[in-house]
Formats: sequence, C-alpha cells, structure tokens
Amino acid sequence: MEILSVQSLNKSYGTHVALKDFNLSVAEGLVFGLLGPNGAGKTTFIRIVNQIIDQDSGEIFIKGQPLKMRHVRNIGYLPEERGLYKTMKVKEQLLYFARIKGLGKQDAIKKITSWLEKLNLTKWKDNKIQDLSKGMAQKVQFIATVIHQPDLLILDEPFSGFDPVNAEIIKNEILELKRQGTTIILSTHRMESVELLCDHIAMINQARKILDGPVKAIKNESKTNQFKVKMMVEDQTNMPPWGDVIAAEGQVEFTTSLNGQAPNALLNDLMQYGEILGFEEIVPSIEEIFIQKINESHEG
Amino acid sequence: MRGKIFLVIKREYLARVKKRSFLLATIITPLIFPTILGLFLWIAMSDVSPDARKFIEVVDENNAYFLESNESFAFSYGGLNREEGRKLVQEGTRFGLLYIPELNLEQPTGITFYSEETAPISMITSLEAALKNKIEEFRLFASGIDPDVLSSLKTNIKIRAVIVGEPGGERVSNSVINYAVGFLAGILIYTFIFVYGNQIMQGVIEEKSSRIIEILVSSLKPFQLMMGKIIGIGAVGLTQFLIWILLISAISSLVVGYFGMKMPQQELMEMSGQQELFSGASQEGMVEILQMVQGIDFIQLTLTFLIYFIGGYLLYGAFFAAIGAAVDSPSDAQQFMFPVTIPLLIAYMGLFIFVLDDPNSKVSFWLSVIPFTSPVAMMGRVSFGVPWHHLALSIGLLVTGFLFTTWLAGKIYRIGILVHGTKVGYKVLWKWMKDNG
Repeated sequence: MEILSVQSLNKSYGTHVALKDFNLSVAEGLVFGLLGPNGAGKTTFIRIVNQIIDQDSGEIFIKGQPLKMRHVRNIGYLPEERGLYKTMKVKEQLLYFARIKGLGKQDAIKKITSWLEKLNLTKWKDNKIQDLSKGMAQKVQFIATVIHQPDLLILDEPFSGFDPVNAEIIKNEILELKRQGTTIILSTHRMESVELLCDHIAMINQARKILDGPVKAIKNESKTNQFKVKMMVEDQTNMPPWGDVIAAEGQVEFTTSLNGQAPNALLNDLMQYGEILGFEEIVPSIEEIFIQKINESHEG
Repeated sequence: MRGKIFLVIKREYLARVKKRSFLLATIITPLIFPTILGLFLWIAMSDVSPDARKFIEVVDENNAYFLESNESFAFSYGGLNREEGRKLVQEGTRFGLLYIPELNLEQPTGITFYSEETAPISMITSLEAALKNKIEEFRLFASGIDPDVLSSLKTNIKIRAVIVGEPGGERVSNSVINYAVGFLAGILIYTFIFVYGNQIMQGVIEEKSSRIIEILVSSLKPFQLMMGKIIGIGAVGLTQFLIWILLISAISSLVVGYFGMKMPQQELMEMSGQQELFSGASQEGMVEILQMVQGIDFIQLTLTFLIYFIGGYLLYGAFFAAIGAAVDSPSDAQQFMFPVTIPLLIAYMGLFIFVLDDPNSKVSFWLSVIPFTSPVAMMGRVSFGVPWHHLALSIGLLVTGFLFTTWLAGKIYRIGILVHGTKVGYKVLWKWMKDNG
C-alpha cells in the first residue's frame, strides 16, 4: 500500500523551476530517503506535501485519496530550520504543539512525560528553550514532531545540529518508530547518514528526479564487478596486469574485475600467485552513486 | 478547530502576561502619573512658602500706581530711577523691576518688566491685570464715576452649562473636564494601538523567522493563527489596562487625599491655575466640580471607550500582523510602517487641532466617523456628548473597517508568512492581495 504518491508535480518560483514533472511513490512502513544537493527541490516538495505552499500543477494522494488538510494533520513534519518559542518552557511548549495537533490534555501530558524520559530531557522540562543547548532544543523539536503519533513522518535534515551521540539516539528512535509502523521520509544532502537507515531512496537534482529505487537494488545495479584483493606474492616480477597495485614486502593490494567469471573462479585463478589475505567486492557508496548520477544527468 | 484558536489565544496571552516585563510595566506605569502629580504639588507648595516670595522693585514715573503685595509678590517703592532699579535686579536683591513710564490714560504704553531670569507668564499676567484695574479706575475717575460706586454695583455671575434632552435627565457639562477626559481617552487609544500593534508584529516575525509557522500551518489555517495572535495580545492589553485603572485610581486618591488634608482647599485650587473655574467660594466650587464629574456619563464613556479601544486595535492590529508576515526581520518592517503611522498621526493631530477645540465641527465629524481616525478622534467627542446616530454610524463603519482590514491583512499574511528571502515591496504585497489561490 502506498501511503504517499505524487504525480507529475510542477512548481516554479518566478523563472526558477523548483520541481519539474516530479513523480514519487512511498510505500507504507519504509524509511524513504529523499536525497539531493542543497537547492535541488527537496524542501519545496516537502512543503507542498505539507500544504504549506501550493503546487503549480500535479496531484498528490495520501493512501489513495487526494491530499486534503485533514491528511496533513496526520503528518509529522520536522522543518529544516528548527523553530521553537524561545521564551516558553519545554513542557508548556510541547503541550501547546501536542494540543494544536489535536491531542487531549491528559493524553498529551502522558506522552510528553514519556518522551522527555526517553530522550533524557526530564530535568529540563521547566527550562526555557533559550536556556537549552542546541542539541537539546533539537530533541525537543523532534518530540514536538512525533508527539501525535503520525502515520507519516517527514524529517528535513534530521541530523543537522546533532553531535554523534545524539544523532545515534535520534537514529534509534527513527528505527523504533519504523518498527511501530510509521512511514518515514527522510530528506538530506548528507548521504552517509542515510545509507544504513533507508530502505528506499529517491534522488533529486535540479528539480528532477534522477534515481528512485530500493537501496539494495540501486547498489546492485551500480556494482562494477570489481574486487579488492590483498595477497602474499613471493615473486612480484611475474604478476598479471592488475589495477591500482600497491606492493610492499611480499604483500600486494590491487583491484581486478570478474571479466564474466564467477567470483569463485576468479579466486581460483588468483590462488596460483600466492596466499590470499583479503577478497572484497567493491560496492560504491550511495554518495558515489549520487555523484556519478549527477554527472550522467549533466552530460545527458 | 475553534478550540485550537482558543489554544493560540491562550498561549499568546499567557506567554506575555507571565513575563516579568509585563508585571513591571503594569505596576510601574500607573505609579508614574501619581508620582508626577505629587511632585508638582510638592513643588507648588514649597513655592508659596513666604521665603519664596518674589521681590519686585517698582519705578513709577507717575507716582500713582501702588500695587499691593501678596503671597507671591512683594512690591517695593524705593523712589529709585530706572537705572538704579536695574542694578538691584542685576545684583540679585530684587527678582525684577517693573518700570511704569508716564502714562497716557487713553493709550497706556511702554510699561516694562526687567528681570535676570525669564519672568513666568503667570507673573506677567497678574501684573498686567493689576495695572489694568488701576488704569481703568483712573479712567473712570477721569470721566466722573466714582470707582467705589461702580464696584458696589458689580456682581459675579456664572453660567451653568446644561445639556438638554439627554436620556436620564439633564446634566451639567464643563468643557475643561470634557477636554481632559477626551484628551486622555484619545491618547490612551493611540498609545495602545502602537504598543500592542508592535507586539503583534514582533510575534509574527518570531514565528516566521523561526519557522514555527511551518509546524503550525499544518494544524491551523493561517487566518486562525493571525486572529488568535491578535485577540490574545489584545486581551493582554485589556488586562493591563484594567489593572492600571484600579491602581491609578487607588494611588491617585491616596496622593490627593494626603496633600488635600495638608493644605486649605482655596490654595489648592488657585495653584491649579484655573481661577475662572474655581472662582467664588471654595465650597461652591467643589460642589460645582462634583456636579460636573457626576455629569459625565461614566457608563457610556467606559462603553464607548472599550468599543473604540477594541475596534481601533483590531483595525490596526491586522495591519501590523500583515507587515510582520511580509518581512524577514523587524528592521525590514520600517518601510511598511508609513501607511499605518500616517492615519494614526492624522487622528492624533486632529484630536488636538479640531476635535477638542470644536467637537461638533464638520472636520471633527468626519475624523470621528472615518474608521482609520475614529478610535482616537471619537474619544475626544464622546465626553462632550455625541448624537447617537453619529455614534452608530462611526461604530458601524469601524466594524466594517476592521472586517475589511482583517480580510485584507489575512491575504497578505497567508502568503507572506511562508515566504523567505524575497525582497517584498508594495508591488509584491499588491500581488498577494489579488492572489486568490
């Protein structure tokens, strides 16, 4: 079941095209990565889904129904530029947002208490936002986003501003929400942060989608069938033409390709030159795939 | 949805009322008026003590004008000439020198007052009055009328101004009290609109620049958010205002009570510089004042004040919200303040120049009917008595006016609140207003 689907979405600001014929569908229960450099159109897309701005043309469906304001109420949205009322206390602020999003007072208080506990913020609950560190304020904002248990969570650059420890905490919370059945759209220009988190990614560059698919499939497709090999070679004068050879004291590191062989056949071939210490397939990172795709799209 | 507006109103209200600065402003402001009043009374009182009496040397070339000394002035006739008199003033042994040249009774000119420091207007005025009396006496005498006979014929009359046809009977009116009431009410509304309008603007800018708005618009319509903010902040203003009324009346009556007991009524009244108002026996004067104060229809006054207070605030508050939404920072807001400031300033100036001067003139009528100026201008008229159909027209237009400005501001707000980094000018605002998307 698709929780969100978008058909030929267009949006321009004056002469600047922010989204061009943009299609996307997000399956329920996944962590969906929306990747792209700054200014690619990610935030525009998110703002349209949240009905903050209107598209010029195109259609958006939530669980098969045309997007209405009441659907938006079931979306949790964490904007890229975080905002809280600086002079309001943590607890009051969360209560305000929770109630604006339709939670009853008692229910809201219960949820706030448990979230503050979970993110180690309980002792700060009566402090004003302006007295909190940036990371703590970010955590408060995260709670404000998820407090009403939305079916769809849209996080714009969720890890910016977090130190590695807190980023890990948030990452775990995202995975926990996924386990509970929440669909999460995660928008970022920092690819390394999503590689292990996302099930599915879409890449946007200059208002267009340039790649869309499950992370595993994308990685498989991008395989070059190259292997990185490390082995002991006694006689280094008699080696085949391997690539990127680094030779030292009887040890050699190099890359080689399958050339149509199965990996085991390649291994068999290599064994005759010496003792194999390491044999690893070279798989490009999402970031490398992304850069490659952008280059392709520029050439095309 | 309606419950959510209430949440916004509650937040806006509590966030401000709970602030320490609110408490401070609310308590300190009403202390300022009685403190200033007390200070003036204190200075005035120490001024009339005998050693504060001013010595004035008189050089009279006619040898005929003898002025009687009183609590404020002591006149000395040393038979000096003008130069000698001036020297005394320069040395500081006399406050001033009154020089009376040989006078032609038909055209008395050339009377001069010399002093080291600028002579107070009140002093010159009372010297003029004293000399005028003397000259008139001489002239009467010259035409064969005995001044004593004349003064025995003089009588003192005073007209009570009564307004007829008011429901609930006739009432005594007095322009000085009406002036003061109109003046205070007008200024209060003017100040209130500016102070709280600015708070609306700051609040909108905060929500916009911190992107809080992006979280809120998914749960609330921008218009509801705008109205919630305007109403919430307005409620803060009303709260503050009510506390002030209570504090001011409590403290003022304490201060006046304290000084009132310490000094005789007569003196208190003369010092307040309104002799014509208080002439006659002091007891009679007090009764008169009480009657006049009672003559003011406080229920009507309070009601109209609240209507214009709220109406004017809503009318302009919407504009302040729209301005806040259109800009990225308070410093950018300056360019849009002009069209808001001008009508308010016109109302303010109009209050002094036209309305308080003649509450029933044509200009006063228009100022008090046009919604942009009526909140300030009408308050200047109300205490003088306004025909009910003027009031109805004015209030009707005011309500129409704020519905219109709120609708217009809502259009700007809705778009502006989500636009960042664009240079917004009047052209862009116009486009937003026309945009129906």
